[in-house]
Amino acid sequence: MSFILRRLVFYLVAAWVALTVNFFIPRAMPGNAVQSIMSKFPNLQPAAYRALEAMLGVGHPGSIWHQYGSYLVDVFHFNFGTDVSQYPASVSTLLGETIPWTLTLVGSATVIAFLLGTVLGIVAGWRHGGSLDRVLPGLMFLQAIPYFFFALILLELLASKFHVFPLGQGYAQGLIPGWHWDFISSAIYHSLLPALTIVLTSVAGWMLQMRNVMITTIGEDYVIAAQAKGLPNRRVVFTYAARNALLPQLQGFGLALGFVVSGALVMEIVFSYPGIGLLLLNAVTSNDYPLMQAIFLVITFAVLLANLVVDMIIVFADPRARAGEAAS
Amino acid sequence: MTAVLPISAEPAALARQDVTPGRWRRMPTKAKAGAILLGLFVLAAIIGPLVTPYDPSFQNPAPDLSLHAPYGAHLLGTTQSGQDVLSQLLVGIRLTLELALLVGVVATALSVIVGVTSAFLGGVWDEVLSLITNVFLVIPALPLLIVLLGYLQTKGQTATILVLSVLGWPWGARVVRAQTLAIRNRDFISAARESGEKTWRIIAYEIVPNEVSLIAASFVNTVLYAIGASVALAFIGVTNLNDWSLGTMLYWAESQQALQLGAWWWFVPPGLAVAFIGAGLVLLNTGIDELGNPRLRDAASASRIAGRWLRPADPTPVLADISQRRGRLAGFLHSFSRGSLLDDTEGGQAR
Repeated sequence: MSFILRRLVFYLVAAWVALTVNFFIPRAMPGNAVQSIMSKFPNLQPAAYRALEAMLGVGHPGSIWHQYGSYLVDVFHFNFGTDVSQYPASVSTLLGETIPWTLTLVGSATVIAFLLGTVLGIVAGWRHGGSLDRVLPGLMFLQAIPYFFFALILLELLASKFHVFPLGQGYAQGLIPGWHWDFISSAIYHSLLPALTIVLTSVAGWMLQMRNVMITTIGEDYVIAAQAKGLPNRRVVFTYAARNALLPQLQGFGLALGFVVSGALVMEIVFSYPGIGLLLLNAVTSNDYPLMQAIFLVITFAVLLANLVVDMIIVFADPRARAGEAAS
Repeated sequence: MTAVLPISAEPAALARQDVTPGRWRRMPTKAKAGAILLGLFVLAAIIGPLVTPYDPSFQNPAPDLSLHAPYGAHLLGTTQSGQDVLSQLLVGIRLTLELALLVGVVATALSVIVGVTSAFLGGVWDEVLSLITNVFLVIPALPLLIVLLGYLQTKGQTATILVLSVLGWPWGARVVRAQTLAIRNRDFISAARESGEKTWRIIAYEIVPNEVSLIAASFVNTVLYAIGASVALAFIGVTNLNDWSLGTMLYWAESQQALQLGAWWWFVPPGLAVAFIGAGLVLLNTGIDELGNPRLRDAASASRIAGRWLRPADPTPVLADISQRRGRLAGFLHSFSRGSLLDDTEGGQAR
């Protein structure tokens, strides 16, 4: 079995764990979820009790294994039930409306931050002790700021005070979403500040990690040999040192993805950006448990998928991995 | 293929890097700066609530005290309902630090238990525990935290501490496991085993003391995670909103439109406090890193390690082989990890 197939199996196991945890949380929690929803919405009729039970999957007939089976089938068909707060709408419709926003913003901003941080890290590692090292403490400070607080500050400065960027939302009011230039340009304009927040807060982490791996790699014999051969510096840095330093960096990227996505979700709330983060906030404030659980599953699956892509890039970039692929 | 090489002289001399307060002057500048920064906040957390000028929840009914900018009587201004921001901040720092430190202790203890058990038992147990660790590493924590805390009826401190600890151990466990694997086959461990020491005694008195600096770094990381996660959770509103923590301060500032009203003194102090605590922790951790990995230090000075003169830029001398034997089932489980990439290669064969 090749490496990628094995990783795929691993991610399937992880997805199954997430699904199972998600299934058992409402059942294992102390107290009655249905009862707590009933008490939070006093205007609900007693007849709604049954409906809520069915929606949360608590009152399903049959044994727990039977419930588990039908739950897995439901998830497989993207059937996450109906929504509590926006009643007739199904959860999957709500998710379908918000996912594209988050995917474009968080996805592209994270990739940009990763690439930028890696390049800066290469330079900082190569010129160890140079001017880039001197801004490191500042970068660490930037890294320690919570995403959403940095977003608040940027909003205050760039949108409230100087009106360079709009005050949140995904597009200008009055525009109808669609594939026409007015809407697209407005959406891009509105996404600039959130994207800037993600890039500025996460670039430091990638840069620090790449710098440290670079410093270690530059000490290796083959790098010294390449320099002794008289190869131009650019070739030594990028082909010899950076290419090898990139692999731990890529593995770290896969592992840190969950953190970055979580931070970005909270940041969306500050910008009232119409993505999954804002949907999650609405779910929390209205105690919309089915929606919360569905969002958890969707985010987990997205992160697992992204990790699989990272693994593919690792195989592509690492000759050792390719040798392993060919051997088995 | 997996013959364990004999171990060269005195590997413990490399591993042992004392971080006792007595060596203060030898600590890297970054670690010192971080420790001082953190110390200030811990001090504020201890004496702050005793010297708060007002009750943080007291809503001053005077109309001119709603959203008043900082001045003599209210050094950090007031909120919309006339509450004193400085008092809230001092109480909030204590609550947030308390929570983060408790989570740090519990989660680090969990990660040490899992990591050491995993590495020490080896074989199938190791692979199963590693699998669980890797699965929980890859599942994003924040959405799961929100779902878990959303269902809990009591969203107080205790619930948050519990849930954050339960989800906070995998990073540490991974690092501790790797280090335990590295020292598990050293002579002093074998000596202890030969002299008939019980397993738990070997773990508690031989292995864990040799990993103190690593566990300290993992603790600092966990505290950082706990602060970030708890503040984010409170900001979303998944906590007891009657408590005053840095997160709930930000929550109230955001929900009562402090930004739109231009009341910067309301949301900047708690945010800056979080940022400074975080920066202190990051600095401390980088300092610990530099202590353990001399190559990251700036100084080009050479030092004598295990009889060889080494400059900071030289590759780390290999003193022990940490590869391990695997049974059939364990080998099968291991082949699903990213680390298995190194097995089929020439470097792996050479072992």
